[in-house]
Amino acid sequence: MEQGRFGEYGGQFVPETVMAAVSELQAAYEQYKNDPAFLQELDTLYRDYANRPSLLYYAEKMSKDLGGAKIYLKREDLNHTGAHKINNVLGQCLLAKRMGKHRIIAETGAGQHGVATATVCALMGMDCVVYMGKEDTQRQSLNVYRMELLGAKVVAVDSGTATLKDAINEAFRDWVTNIDTTFYCIGSVMGPHPYPTMVRDFQKVIGREIRRQLMEKEGRLPDCIVACVGGGSNAMGAFYDFIPDTTVRLVGAEAAGRGVDTPYHAATMAKGSKGIFHGMHSLFLQNQDGQIDPVYSISAGLDYPGVGPEHAWLHDTGRAEYVDITDEEAVNAFEYLSRTEGIIPAIESSHAVAAAIKIAPTMDKDQIMVINLSGRGDKDVYSIAKYRGVKIREE
Amino acid sequence: MKNRIDLRFEECAAQGRKALITFVTAGDPDLDTTEALVLSMEQNGADIIELGVPFSDPIAEGPVIQRASQRALANHTRLEEVFALVKRLRQKTEIPLCLMMYVNTLYVHDIANFFAQCRQAGVDGVILPDVPLEEHAPFDEAARKEGVHPIYLVAPTSHERIRSIAQNASGFLYCVSSLGVTGKRSEYATDFDSFFGEIKQACTVPYAIGFGISGPEQVRQMGRYANGVIVGSAVVELVEQYGKDSSKPVGEFVAKLAQAARETQ
Repeated sequence: MEQGRFGEYGGQFVPETVMAAVSELQAAYEQYKNDPAFLQELDTLYRDYANRPSLLYYAEKMSKDLGGAKIYLKREDLNHTGAHKINNVLGQCLLAKRMGKHRIIAETGAGQHGVATATVCALMGMDCVVYMGKEDTQRQSLNVYRMELLGAKVVAVDSGTATLKDAINEAFRDWVTNIDTTFYCIGSVMGPHPYPTMVRDFQKVIGREIRRQLMEKEGRLPDCIVACVGGGSNAMGAFYDFIPDTTVRLVGAEAAGRGVDTPYHAATMAKGSKGIFHGMHSLFLQNQDGQIDPVYSISAGLDYPGVGPEHAWLHDTGRAEYVDITDEEAVNAFEYLSRTEGIIPAIESSHAVAAAIKIAPTMDKDQIMVINLSGRGDKDVYSIAKYRGVKIREE
Repeated sequence: MKNRIDLRFEECAAQGRKALITFVTAGDPDLDTTEALVLSMEQNGADIIELGVPFSDPIAEGPVIQRASQRALANHTRLEEVFALVKRLRQKTEIPLCLMMYVNTLYVHDIANFFAQCRQAGVDGVILPDVPLEEHAPFDEAARKEGVHPIYLVAPTSHERIRSIAQNASGFLYCVSSLGVTGKRSEYATDFDSFFGEIKQACTVPYAIGFGISGPEQVRQMGRYANGVIVGSAVVELVEQYGKDSSKPVGEFVAKLAQAARETQ
């Protein structure tokens, strides 16, 4: 496959001003991705700082309750900063350091990638600016304060729809302006090449660990892996190592918000079409004129009108399947996992749990399903209470 | 038939002056005003006009053109209406017209059909700010088949890329003056002598400088480096201020820019 392409998807659709930096990044990534010293340093950070490998936990109660497949949870929620995002940020910031860039910018939706970036910048002594949609800063005010506590500057973006896509627009504008000093740490498997490949490579540790841990526990591969998909980095990380193993069913859960037949969803696979945006040729939610649609999900981390190009390719080739999970189903799953296993999942990851709740009972008892539990749900407790009409604090 | 952009640059060169290229967003505040603005800018000395096709997420634009895009979209300005506008203008004027558009607003249409529509309507060039050299080929092929110039951009960060970009350029080369998004600037960090030295060596088509040129003074200052100057946000700011009544103040402003362009060697 042509470099930076996944079938017809991918590419480098960015302004000329940015091309030099994209090429520089591409060259640096090619240089370091197989460099033993770089990989060793990253591995040490994964282990000693991020708490890897993350556990693979047999959810016995849930498995029995659903009465189908044996369910394992890949506990990315136990990573430092509470989500899979740290895997990618450690990789990119280490690369930035090698490239001599000391100013890091990032976009964030739910705040998980922003918190991870602020954390690693604090660790590595780098300047950090995080762009966040103004609406998201209100939905996730705790994470805003957390980032500031870590020494980052959080910029509330109120252009456009004031959510994740606008935060990305603003981060691109910053990058174009400060290209000489600044490294753009993109939080998902999206954007211009090499980002979709590079971010996937920094996340593929998830799938590798699943393989190894499951071989130890069960002596075989899983039959099904389920992960939520916004831009799609935790899903790519979980799926990638298993793409050649065609017996492993790969399921992505995207956000159907109030339903894919309403205007309030973020279900790119179900309702999107081919387009070119945010540096990549992929699938997007857009109107017939190519204007990007405003999207909606209860989950700020899945609230994105596109999807990473490798997912678009996995979708078209049929190697992965994608299902839609509504707000209501995700909230039910959030509560279900909390009560059944004593694990509060992120509302993003709850979409994967909800998909698993549907699929597991259709599987045999000797089959194995892995749910990638991409993040923990402490950040979401307030908004779930609000969704349920429970008042837990004064505004 | 020769492309109007080529003819106009030849005319400017023969007269020993700089080409003045101005920008407005189509449909801001409405398409009738855009039509009046194009005619007013032409009467007052603009040589080439860029019509911005509004986009929901214009990542290379500063706040002024972002807002113009939003106003145009609030009026539901669509590409087919921009083509209709160009057709109406072509009954009244032969001024070279370029579309400045984000690639997604083109891509959702069939590429070949889009450029055929450009030719039928009378569009002379298309600028795609988010398509670098590496991704340009499919657009170039379709554009050239219809006699439409795909306009390339170079930036101060382009360096060793300048040569290959310049070799592919047609119509004119759009030289981005400085880092950052569109909009006014008070100063430039770019080393223009070195930047344009490289461009001059490699480029076989005329080249014009844009991004941040906000008045006659900067036209004089920057114009000497290039064959033309591009003024966008400063015009759009007047459109924002005067709305439907903007063709007179914009015309007066363009007249001052045109005089500066005439006086610049």
